[in-house]
Amino acid sequence: MSEVLVYVDHVDGAVTKPTTELLTLARRLGEPSAVFVGSAVDAAKETLASFGAEKIYVLDDASLSEYLVAPKAEALSALVAEKSPAAVLLPATTEGKEIGGRLAIRTDSGLITDAVDVEASGDGVATTQSAFAGNFTVSATVTKGTPIVAVKPNSVAPEQAAGAGAVESVSVEISAGAKSAKITDSKPREKTGRPELTEAAIVVSGGRGTSGDFSQVEAFADSLGAAVGASRAAVDSGWMPHAFQVGQTGKTVSPQLYVANGISGAIQHRAGMQTSKTIVAVNKDDEAPIFELVDFGVVGDLKAVLPQATDEVTKRKG
Amino acid sequence: MNIVVCVKYVPDATADRTFDSSDNTVDRVGVDGLLSELDEYAVEEALKIVEASDGEVTVLTVGPSDAADAVRKALQMGAHKAVHVTDDAIAGSDAIATSLVLAEAIKKIDHDLVLCGMASTDGTMGVVPQMVAERLGVPAVTYASEVRVDGDKVTIRRDGDAASETIEATGNLVVSVTDQINEPRYPSFKGIMAAKKKPVESWGLSDLGVDAGQVGLGAAYTKVASFEPRPPRTAGEIVTDEGDGGIKLVEFLASKKFV
Repeated sequence: MSEVLVYVDHVDGAVTKPTTELLTLARRLGEPSAVFVGSAVDAAKETLASFGAEKIYVLDDASLSEYLVAPKAEALSALVAEKSPAAVLLPATTEGKEIGGRLAIRTDSGLITDAVDVEASGDGVATTQSAFAGNFTVSATVTKGTPIVAVKPNSVAPEQAAGAGAVESVSVEISAGAKSAKITDSKPREKTGRPELTEAAIVVSGGRGTSGDFSQVEAFADSLGAAVGASRAAVDSGWMPHAFQVGQTGKTVSPQLYVANGISGAIQHRAGMQTSKTIVAVNKDDEAPIFELVDFGVVGDLKAVLPQATDEVTKRKG
Repeated sequence: MNIVVCVKYVPDATADRTFDSSDNTVDRVGVDGLLSELDEYAVEEALKIVEASDGEVTVLTVGPSDAADAVRKALQMGAHKAVHVTDDAIAGSDAIATSLVLAEAIKKIDHDLVLCGMASTDGTMGVVPQMVAERLGVPAVTYASEVRVDGDKVTIRRDGDAASETIEATGNLVVSVTDQINEPRYPSFKGIMAAKKKPVESWGLSDLGVDAGQVGLGAAYTKVASFEPRPPRTAGEIVTDEGDGGIKLVEFLASKKFV
């Protein structure tokens, strides 16, 4: 069995759900080896092993937090050269895709981003992803080098499997080229206490129809334990930070349930949500294109519909 | 400061985009193309930087003959000159080959900074800026929402999911910008007339010393095995709110086990 390198996404050692999904997918291709960057591996070890990581390569270098992704790609490429893995899986986050891009050039390998499925195939790996705003499903293979695949969250249900989780330290020489750009300040985002937008099972979004008041959207989201999203119009109007934007120039989400409120459903927005399993919309305009996608729609004012729906959910949940 | 802006000619996102079933590549013939909307922000940012100091903006595109439309729009906005790399051998190139051609072209253009859009609107991978930077041996700062240039120091703000970061860089680098950074200008009548006189250099692979075997569909590192249109969503139930819209909504959610 060849190794499969899995880049670990974590917050101070708390392993994120997309990483457990990657480990689950990695087991289809070979033996998962987690690659952990940071100092909190002790907090992560148990989770990584319980999802099948046989080895955990740790890159613990405090200076890494000052630089962007280049040194991480350098460390991974050294591991690829040394271990000849069957594949490298990364989360399809901004960072994951960027590391993947550099790694592809450094290792002379093919890269696939935003995969929603990964299978072993005769010639390495076969992946599935969406194209053109979710209007097409594409199957692809990597034909050269070590397949590098960035996988979207919610692509597979994480399944536990015992792994040895043997920790091994690795180091990296940070090249001069990587040092000419330095992170001089970092302000953590305020925690909303809600699930992460791209990982959430339910997303409740608001658009122009909120007129800038997201309180009903947020209350309904909280009643369902959902993440909150926003349309580009709402973000451009300064009502919500860009991190909450769903669509072509924001996040692409594919939750079990997507509720669009006061969002007309321009193609740029549909690009970010139309692969959701179930779609519901509330909009005053019965001609809004969003209604072409819905499993259930309410033509009405979200300011009336959402508070009533929130009360009803709360009542049913008791 | 002299700036190179990488731009891409893409199928119009509001049209019916599809694939060419003969080789499973993006159909670039049957659909009208244009300058990728996300690249307009990079052009605008480059113009602002140069207007505030000095220097020239060169737009660079790699693509078929029609891709001249993409550089023309950038010239109409105010870019000083353009380079259009076009060669039949490039057709079907993946991100890796595209980044090779871009990097070799950038090396031939006098520049202090490279700007790009955050992603193309057709492939939407968003990996080319990092790949080009890797080939040039420089850092890439992506998804910038603010760029400040002071002499040879570039200060960038990026608003990520976890944190808002300030990055300081000196020397050459690649910066990709988001659609939050500015409001791209529309070409003025004067700009449209002036663009007709601006130089557009056309380069082939031989001008870059790139071997035809390194690019194109044959050199791609990935292969699209098949593509199929997503089945259309079946029409859902739509009710008009008559005072019980919220309750009906939750009844539907309950029927699907979400509540």
